[in-house]
Amino acid sequence: MSALLDTFADGAIVARRNLIKIKRVPDLLVFTTLSPIMFVLLFGYIFGGSIEIPGGNYREFLIAGIFAQTVIFGATITGAGLADDIQKGIIDRFRSLPMSQSAVLLGRTASDVVNNVIVIVVMSVTGLAIGWRIRTSVPEAIAGFLLLLLFAYAVSWIMAYLGLLVPSPEVLNNASFLVTFPLTFVANTFARPETFPGPVRTFANWNPVSAVVQAARELFGNTSPANPPPDVWSLQNPVAYTLIWVVAILAVFVPLAIRQYQRAASR
Amino acid sequence: MADMIRARGLVKRYGEVTALDGLDLSVPEGTILGLLGPNGAGKTTAVRIFTTLLEPDDGVAEVAGVDVRRDPRGVRRRIGLSGQYAAVDEYLTGYENLDMVGRLHRLGRRGAPKRARELLERFALTDAGDRPVKTYSGGMRRRLDLAAALVAEPTVLFLDEPTTGLDPRGRTGMWDVIRELVDGGATLLLTTQYLEEADRLADDIVVIDHGRIIAQGTADQLKAQVGGERVELVLEQAEDVELARSVLAGSAVGAVVVDEHSRRLTAPVSGGAPVLMAALARLQDEGVKVLDFGMRRPTLDDVFLTLTGQTTRTTTEADQAREQEPAR
Repeated sequence: MSALLDTFADGAIVARRNLIKIKRVPDLLVFTTLSPIMFVLLFGYIFGGSIEIPGGNYREFLIAGIFAQTVIFGATITGAGLADDIQKGIIDRFRSLPMSQSAVLLGRTASDVVNNVIVIVVMSVTGLAIGWRIRTSVPEAIAGFLLLLLFAYAVSWIMAYLGLLVPSPEVLNNASFLVTFPLTFVANTFARPETFPGPVRTFANWNPVSAVVQAARELFGNTSPANPPPDVWSLQNPVAYTLIWVVAILAVFVPLAIRQYQRAASR
Repeated sequence: MADMIRARGLVKRYGEVTALDGLDLSVPEGTILGLLGPNGAGKTTAVRIFTTLLEPDDGVAEVAGVDVRRDPRGVRRRIGLSGQYAAVDEYLTGYENLDMVGRLHRLGRRGAPKRARELLERFALTDAGDRPVKTYSGGMRRRLDLAAALVAEPTVLFLDEPTTGLDPRGRTGMWDVIRELVDGGATLLLTTQYLEEADRLADDIVVIDHGRIIAQGTADQLKAQVGGERVELVLEQAEDVELARSVLAGSAVGAVVVDEHSRRLTAPVSGGAPVLMAALARLQDEGVKVLDFGMRRPTLDDVFLTLTGQTTRTTTEADQAREQEPAR
């Protein structure tokens, strides 16, 4: 029990260190929030006109998709931050201290949730400005935001593992892009999978990102009876499907990342 | 006196490269061991094993009587590590860096800030303490990194090339600090490429190359091992270097070392001043202008050259690549 408390205390110390960086280098936050704003405006006004959503309004359809994409991209900060810390010898410093072995990763992933919260707030305001509305209750909307953050938290453990594996932060940024880009586009984020060719549609339907987006749309009340989700279990039960993925990702990548941390060597 | 740092038969391989090839070390309490060697010799690998950052493939390493493999956390509680590059967070202030390390050492909400301020003062960083480390000079970062290693008042300290990249003033400042630490009773393992540094600081010196010990002893013992005296000449003109080399080779008892850039020739001799005078007379006959000359006792540089066949400061790119590759 006290070991667990120590782990959280150490994690909080590391998280605080990461948050100080957000405060000291505000440019970083400015750029992480500018790109989602740009995405909202680009898709809302440029592509929005050519993507038909039965019975609904594209911008309203779009917002949950952009939220999901942005928080998943935000999770890569976890990996880039760790790769950077290895390169600068800071992980060596932590590893030579009598602290909890998982605290650096707990602290890192926790501070990146804070980062994602700030980004979601900025995007929500942008969304409201262009006509997006939450049409359900406050508890449901909060559940929607929590589900997005939870999924991103799980993804950030994948990124933590990758960040400790790659030789430099640049490699992580390029490599993670190859995964996050298809994952967030071959889904129901920006277009309806019903319009995709066969195998791509199957992938999109079972893609956990689609489930997160579908769940968020339902919890925000951005769905329309004219555009029902495809008749597959993953999208008929998007909250459950998302939670299964969150648990599975954490079960695999938390131990993997911690093991990799213990091996991580400076370069 | 008990050995505070001990290694028996340490082996570490990285694929084809053998970084440590059966290293034995022992450092008695309250002394400084200088671990000397060219890039890629295995110095950093040894430090990483002692500080629990790396597991050896074979052999035993103990710090303050604690086995690094069996109780890494016990080792971490007793050591301080200051690495080759300053491992401080540049976005935090100097104070925040030390405070963070103190809290992770469980010095507590009151203890950690107090210790941080003390160390800032001791390392002449009080004025800069509340500025982000980004604004620090290289020497200031190194001092802060060393301060971070001292937060928990460790009994054993590992300093991996603490002055590499510092200017001469920064280096002498660092030396003073390190001396004070050991006067305070700490045991210290110091790796360096600078023989002068080992000569100034270390009680004992271990010279390693290719992961193996090639010599050990005090600075004086090592110099005696190489033996003899050195004749040193500096020429006025570079084109005379070859001629002077052949003149010196006639009376040298070993290889003549030539530094083309500074037109300096060094030759080990036995026989003292008459040998030097004879050489000077012959050079005068040949019309070679000598800018400076003298006799001296061997330096650690000579020791190194004799033992490894290379000078300490010639760092080839291959060596650097070797040092960095295994470091992964």
